[in-house]
Amino acid sequence: MTRIDATFARLKAANKKAFVSYLMAGDPDYDTSLEIVKGLPAAGVDIIELGLPFTDPMADGPTIQLAGQRALEAGMTLERTLQMARDFRAVDDVTPIVLMGYYNPIYSRGVDQFLVDAKDAGIDGMIVVDLPPEEDTELCIPAQAAGLNFIRLATPTTDSERLPKVLQNTSGFVYYVSITGITGAAEAEATNVGPEVARIKAATDLPIIVGFGVNTPEKAEAIASISDGAVVGSAIVGKIANGDSPADVLEFVASLAAGAHKA
Amino acid sequence: MPEDNVNSFMNGPDENGRFGDFGGRFVSETLMPLILELEAQYEHAKTDDSFWAEMNDLWTHYVGRPSPLYYAERLTEKLGGAKIYLKRDELNHTGAHKINNVLGQIILARRMGKTRIIAETGAGQHGVATATVCAKFGLKCVVYMGAHDVERQAPNVFRMKLLGAEVVPVTSGRGTLKDAMNDALRDWVTNVRDTFYCIGTVAGPHPYPAMVRDFQAIIGKETKEQMHAAEGRLPDTLIAAIGGGSNAMGLFFPFLDDKSVNIIGVEAGGKGVNAKMEHCASLTGGRPGVLHGNRTYLLQDDDGQILEGFSISAGLDYPGIGPEHSWLHDIGRAKYVSITDVEALEAFQLCCEMEGIIPALEPSHALGHVIKLAPTLPKDHLLVMNMCGRGDKDIFTVAAALGIEMNNGE
Repeated sequence: MTRIDATFARLKAANKKAFVSYLMAGDPDYDTSLEIVKGLPAAGVDIIELGLPFTDPMADGPTIQLAGQRALEAGMTLERTLQMARDFRAVDDVTPIVLMGYYNPIYSRGVDQFLVDAKDAGIDGMIVVDLPPEEDTELCIPAQAAGLNFIRLATPTTDSERLPKVLQNTSGFVYYVSITGITGAAEAEATNVGPEVARIKAATDLPIIVGFGVNTPEKAEAIASISDGAVVGSAIVGKIANGDSPADVLEFVASLAAGAHKA
Repeated sequence: MPEDNVNSFMNGPDENGRFGDFGGRFVSETLMPLILELEAQYEHAKTDDSFWAEMNDLWTHYVGRPSPLYYAERLTEKLGGAKIYLKRDELNHTGAHKINNVLGQIILARRMGKTRIIAETGAGQHGVATATVCAKFGLKCVVYMGAHDVERQAPNVFRMKLLGAEVVPVTSGRGTLKDAMNDALRDWVTNVRDTFYCIGTVAGPHPYPAMVRDFQAIIGKETKEQMHAAEGRLPDTLIAAIGGGSNAMGLFFPFLDDKSVNIIGVEAGGKGVNAKMEHCASLTGGRPGVLHGNRTYLLQDDDGQILEGFSISAGLDYPGIGPEHSWLHDIGRAKYVSITDVEALEAFQLCCEMEGIIPALEPSHALGHVIKLAPTLPKDHLLVMNMCGRGDKDIFTVAAALGIEMNNGE
C-alpha cells in the first residue's frame, strides 16, 4: 500500500473528499518552493502534486508554462526536484507526493535509474502527461513493478470504448481532466463533470479526482461534491507568480482545501 | 540489401508507429482518440482510388506537378565531378515542396468533416501552403508562427494574411518553430471537435511521420521516372536538406530499397556543430529523446530539457528531426552531414550566379554539401539534389548576412 492508497483509505473512513494541490518544483526558486511545499499538509492538502519543470509543456497554459521557465531559470532539474521530495520527507512521511510532468527528463535520466531514485526520494506516484496507454511499456509498467503508482489522465475525449484501456494499468487514483484544453484556460462546470465522473466510477474502484479549471474554494467544493476530490494548480501557481509570500500562498491553499473538505 | 518484402526498408512504421525504436505516440490522453481516428481515416484513404485521383488532379492542375528534373550543366562543369541534377520542387505553386503534403492532409480533413485547420510554420512555407489550400477550399485557417520567425519572414506573413489565414505570433520559448508547434498542439487539445492539425513535416505522433512522407514521396517517385528517362538508370547519390526532414524523406523513400543509391541528408550546422549548440544538427549533435509526440534525436541538455537550435534558415531551425531519419541514421541506410550558415550562403550565391535559380536557404544547405562532394566523384556519377524551395522569401535575410542594405530596390 502506497501513501496514496493509505490517504484515500483514511479519507474514506472520515467520509471526506480529497484536496490535491499542484505547484511547480523550484518556482520561483528552490528555497521558496520548498517552504511552500512543507506548509501544504498543515494548510489541508491531502496529496501534493509536484510539477517537474520541462521546457516544452504541451498540455499547459501560460501560467504553468511560465512557472516552468522560472524554475528552470533558477536552476531546477529532475535531480533537484527529487531532492525537494527528500527534503520534504525529512519533515513529513505521510503526505503523498505525485510527480507531474513530461517524459523526456525521465527518459533522459533512464527509466530504471529514475524509478530507483524516485522511490528513494519518497515519491509515491507519477502523472506523465505525454505517456498514453499506447506507450505503457515505456514507464507505466516498470513504475508499477517498482511499487510506484502510475496515475492516468482520463479526458472528455476518452469515450466508453477507450475507457477500459485507460483504466487498465492505472493505480492510486484516476485524474479526470474536466475540460478539453490546457491547464488554467477554462472553468470546470460541476453539472458537466458529474455525469462523466459517474461514467468512470462505474468502470473502476479507484478514486476519481478532478482537475483543470478549478480555481476557487467554491469551485473546489462543487467539484469535490460530485467526485472523490479536486485538484487546483494554475490558481495557486498564479499567486506564486504574483510574488505572494509563502504565508499568503498557503493561506489561499487553506481556503481551497476548506472548500473541498466542505463537500 | 533486402530484395524481399520482409527485409525491406520501406515497411515502416509498425502498428505502434515505430521505426525501430523511434516514432510512437507520445501525446496527452485528450489527443490520443483524435490521432487514432486520423490513423484510421488515413489508412482508409491510402487505399482509396478516389482519394488519389483527387490528389493527382490537384497536383497536376493546381500545384504544377511533375516538377522538372533539371540538369545543372554550368554547376556541374564548375565543380568538375558528378553530373548534378536538381529536382525543381521550388517551381511548385507556393514555391516549395510543402504543398504536396498540405493537399493530402486538407483533402483528408475535408473527408473527416473538419472545418478549421491549424498549422505551425517556421520559414512560413508550410503556413503559406496551408493558407493557400484552405483558401481554395473555403476552410478557416490559423497558423502558429514563432514571433522571431514572424519578424525574419515578413513577406510570408503578409502572404498568409492575403490568403485569409490568421497568423498567431508565438512568444513562448525563443519564438521559433518548436514553440509554434507547442502552441498548435495546445490549440488542438482545446478545439478537438472541429479542428484538424496539418503538420508540416515528417514528425509528430504517428501517423503523421508516415502520412507526410507518403504525400511527399511523389518527389522521389517522379525523380526515379525522370532519371530513367534522362539517363536510363537509377541516380547514384541523393542529397536533401533536413529540418524536420519532409522534403528529404519524400525524395529518399522510393529509393530506400535500391541498394546502389547513396542517400545523404544535410542538417543545418549554424555556426558549427559545437558544444554551445549553435546549430540545428539533431543527428550529428543530439541524442534520442521524446518531444512533440515522437521519440527521435533531439538537441537537449543533460537534464533532458530541449535546447533551442540555431540556423540562418528559419525552416531548419528545429531541435528535432523526423523519427524515420533517426532510424535510417542508426541502421546506416542514410548518411547525415551538416553545413554551416556560411557554407549555405556561399552555395546560395553560387546557385544564383551559375544557374539563374535563387534557392531558398534550406536547399542552399543541401547545395553546400553538393559543392563539397561533387568534385570528389567521377563524371558519370549521377547526383540528384532536391531544390525544395525558392529563395524569394530569404532575400532580406541574405542581404543582412552579406552586409547589404536594401533601399527601394536600388
